[in-house]
Amino acid sequence: MKILVCISKAPDTTAKIAFKDNNTAFDENNVQYIVNPYDEWYALVRALELKETLGGTVTTISVGGADMEAIIRKAFAIGADDGVRIDGEPTDTYFVAAQIAAYAKQGAFDIILAGKETINYNGSSLGGMLAELLDMPYISMATKLDVAGSTATVECDIDGGTEVIECDFPLVLSAAKGMAEVRIPNMRGIMAARTKVLNVIPVIAADKLTEVKSYTLSQGRTTCKMIDAENAASLIEMLHNEAKVI
Amino acid sequence: MSILVYTEVSKGKIKKASLEAVNYAAHIASKTGTSATAIIINAGETSLDDLGKAGASKVLHINNSAINTSDSQVLTRILNHVADTEGAQMVIFSNDLTAKAVAPRLAARMKAGFVPGAVDYPNIDGGSFSVNKNVFSGKAVATYQVNSAKKVISLLPNSFQVTTDGAAVAAASFDVPADLLVSRIKVKEVKRESNELSLPEAELVVSAGRGMKGPENWGMIEDLAKQLGAATACSRPVSDIGWRPHHEHVGQTGIAIRPNLYIAVGISGAIQHLAGVNGSKTIVVINKDPEAPFFKAADYGIVGDAFEVVPKLIEAVKKFKASQN
Ligand SMILES: Cc1cc2nc3c(=O)[nH]c(=O)nc-3n(C[C@H](O)[C@H](O)[C@H](O)COP(=O)(O)OP(=O)(O)OC[C@H]3O[C@@H](n4cnc5c(N)ncnc54)[C@H](O)[C@@H]3O)c2cc1C
Repeated sequence: MKILVCISKAPDTTAKIAFKDNNTAFDENNVQYIVNPYDEWYALVRALELKETLGGTVTTISVGGADMEAIIRKAFAIGADDGVRIDGEPTDTYFVAAQIAAYAKQGAFDIILAGKETINYNGSSLGGMLAELLDMPYISMATKLDVAGSTATVECDIDGGTEVIECDFPLVLSAAKGMAEVRIPNMRGIMAARTKVLNVIPVIAADKLTEVKSYTLSQGRTTCKMIDAENAASLIEMLHNEAKVI
Repeated sequence: MSILVYTEVSKGKIKKASLEAVNYAAHIASKTGTSATAIIINAGETSLDDLGKAGASKVLHINNSAINTSDSQVLTRILNHVADTEGAQMVIFSNDLTAKAVAPRLAARMKAGFVPGAVDYPNIDGGSFSVNKNVFSGKAVATYQVNSAKKVISLLPNSFQVTTDGAAVAAASFDVPADLLVSRIKVKEVKRESNELSLPEAELVVSAGRGMKGPENWGMIEDLAKQLGAATACSRPVSDIGWRPHHEHVGQTGIAIRPNLYIAVGISGAIQHLAGVNGSKTIVVINKDPEAPFFKAADYGIVGDAFEVVPKLIEAVKKFKASQN
């Protein structure tokens, strides 16, 4: 079984968000990058578990500059066999999907996994675009993934519940919470990561369908009105008369 | 030319979030001199009048039990076909879980620029089109410019008040060629949460965290929610340890919501939690620790023991509801 896992980087969840160049670009100063949690915790770890029980390979793929390599090495340390970096700025999701699709077409992968979203752009769109460009079924928000032979059984979130779906290879999935448990790399993994093969390939031409023109920081709240615990009931009046939300 | 808007039925009614998307499409249509066409699949006997009332000039009903509506590939082919037939340059979704599977696929198929989770009306100026969406898990807003002629936009639920004061239009049935319906996925089982309000669509949410000490104490949280007509949510550790189901987990790694009212009980207000709720219009925090960081992100705060405060609130809501009748 050949599994491809899409890995992207994201600012550490506690990073202070700031913008530069007249609010047109994200300020990376003092920002620590981590592997996007959904890609690492769920997609990658589940791929590794499947490989460990059923055999096969797990390849990671990322679109980005050389600064992406620390992220890819982390995925290696956790257990990925090898990785691909497509060397270009990930300008918009369609561009990234076009790059990964072009690579995946050559690779005969059985399962392609992405995280359900990145925590910086929160798009939830890579998996869907990729599936369309590859003309494969796509199951988003998958919380469980099992494989028997060449059939995947997937549980996924739908509005107001969950669904259990069966689909033969190949398919694309986006991974959400529940699919696996976080794995901490061990010393052997970290040592092995150094010698695993990271292929760097050039980007292909793709349209820039969208672009971010500017950013604005969300406004915090100015004051919190404190209500005495003894008087908790008065909150309900305020929510009705003042905030007008009930 | 028209703007296509994808809508769904849930529990015998058109989804509120779908009506919001129709309002949104009708608004854009009025700005661009086009019209909004709503599309709905297998609505059964549900009245489709609200779609017209929400602003659709045309309602297309595809009634065909052979459609596997769980398959994003099938829905994508259908919507692409309808967009072609109708000459639609833009397709609008509500950014729910169906849209998360279908909208990016459709965008890739149409080679349309895609903005997932738009939070306000687009700015349309001559040939340029831009719209805002939350990024960095709610810590910032980005203005996305869409460069392509074709566009797919999904609207973050609860961004606008829904209005249905227009006129109903008769639904026209629409047939799709059978070759679009080939599906490679089989649905083995569907588990629906019974009677629960859908969290992303809920206007009022009561949420609780580790301060509740254990799952056996959730009765009062559910009761408060029930009295208010609110949905329930929780912090991540609470769903991690299995006190509450995963789908209630809000925050950076859970779902992001923006109800009118978010009441947080026994939740410290970690940055990752706030990321999923700070778009709420009004935030109430109940915490026994006056230093809890959540108070800095709240509109109303009560420092006190949840086990004393929540029962008082339940009583107060009951009185309030009784006085409203
Ligand atoms: C990468 C990453 C992603 C994360 N994503 C999320 C996410 O999506 N969502 C999320 O919620 N968290 C997330 N977290 C976890 C987050 O950092 C916090 O640990 C978590 O939100 C804390 O949950 P809590 O507030 O329920 O518990 P605690 O932090 O333990 O807080 C409990 C609160 O209850 C109060 N309390 C205790 N007893 C009472 C009482 N009797 N009455 C009233 N108040 C009481 C305490 O004063 C305290 O403030 C993430 C963390 C990381 C590292």
